Amino acid sequence: MSELYQWDRAIQPPAFTPDYKTSVLRSPKAALLSLQNSFSEITGPVFNHNEIGALDNDLIRNYAHTGEPIGERIIVHGRVLDENGRPVPRTLIEFWQANAGGRYRHKKDTYLAPIDPNFGGCGRCLSDDNGYYFFRTIKPGPYPWRNYVNSWRPAHIHFSIFGSGFSQRLITQMYFEGDPLIKLCPIVKTIPDPDAVERLIAPLDLNASVPLDTLAYKFDIVLRGSRSTLFENRLEGN
Amino acid sequence: MPQDLSYLKQTASQTAGPYVHIGLAPDRAGFDIFQNNFGHVLTKPETKGERIIIEGLVIDGTGTPMRDALVELWQANAAGKYNHPNDTQNKPIDPTFRGWGRSPCDFETGVYRFETIKPGAVMGRNGRVMAPHVSLWIVARGINIGLQTRAYFADEAQANAQDPVLNLIEQDKRRQTLIAPRSERDGVPLYRFDIVFQGDNETVFFDV
Ligand SMILES: [Fe+3]
Repeated sequence: MSELYQWDRAIQPPAFTPDYKTSVLRSPKAALLSLQNSFSEITGPVFNHNEIGALDNDLIRNYAHTGEPIGERIIVHGRVLDENGRPVPRTLIEFWQANAGGRYRHKKDTYLAPIDPNFGGCGRCLSDDNGYYFFRTIKPGPYPWRNYVNSWRPAHIHFSIFGSGFSQRLITQMYFEGDPLIKLCPIVKTIPDPDAVERLIAPLDLNASVPLDTLAYKFDIVLRGSRSTLFENRLEGN
Repeated sequence: MPQDLSYLKQTASQTAGPYVHIGLAPDRAGFDIFQNNFGHVLTKPETKGERIIIEGLVIDGTGTPMRDALVELWQANAAGKYNHPNDTQNKPIDPTFRGWGRSPCDFETGVYRFETIKPGAVMGRNGRVMAPHVSLWIVARGINIGLQTRAYFADEAQANAQDPVLNLIEQDKRRQTLIAPRSERDGVPLYRFDIVFQGDNETVFFDV
């Protein structure tokens, strides 16, 4: 791999988005310093299968104590690709979410929906050689948050993805087809491009569901691509 | 209409939100779910290099520590080689050193901390050696897209003066925001690196 294509700022949210109020004090004021890639950016951590437990990608079972968690059983699956359409193999994908009632297992979450004793709300996996990944979970519920007086997050799953270079590092959120809260959400609206929002919405994938058992949603992720070495690459230079 | 270039479009970033610990550091969110947690200690007993601590605060526009932020660190080994196939320098890999760590800020004090080794110098672009540094990536509620910066070491004044990245920064005052002063705690070298979002000492962040 050589240098990465630049962040697409027509797609990526800017740091300062006053309608998402918390961003106001948590955004740099000065312009970012544009930097061409060096080894520091095009390399990144490598993870191995032996670091991932057998149930790490099964949120229905990885925190079950007295029984199974409450809620709609779903599979989430898809591929991690780069802008060139190449699969991103063996990359670490981590995910976290609220339970079916919209409550997180976190001391700072005081929403009145109950904690589910059998649901932790996090998991992880490595993509396979073709960039494919999947996990099983419970469909999360929407929840209220303090932005405007009556702001609600659409149902969502948080995703963290590495890629192969540290500057491909990405955190995002997956939404669910048909959720009327998506278009109202100030966090969703930090994204300047409506088509980029659509690409965060996972469609129902009936073919991938398990009859009489589990529905499926499909979510592909596209990381920054890298340049082909059509011309001499001056990264190391002489 | 010209032909379609047919690149795929990047997935848009979204904030990590207030509960990032659940996903990336569930042990720090207060529950035990994975056998193997990723943490802030990068070294093993056999790892080569000088043991150091890098720590600091992530500070918002009012000067208040962001106690819910999470920082990741990526660095080369003591020989100045990244443990990754894209690093084509002819230098040894240290098999006991991945070079990556993750530290949530402390819920009480706001301090993030890494226990690591001081990296060696890495070859930069066009044959210009980069001074020893670590890359940092910061996410939190209110941060729409992860912010990337670098920490350099104050005791490498000569190397820092030649560094091709530090030299891109026009204002000396801003350049200093990337240089971590060195002290000692219990005999271990300690580098202090506060990440400041706004104001007079705003950290230089990179679009890289
Ligand atoms: Fe959330």
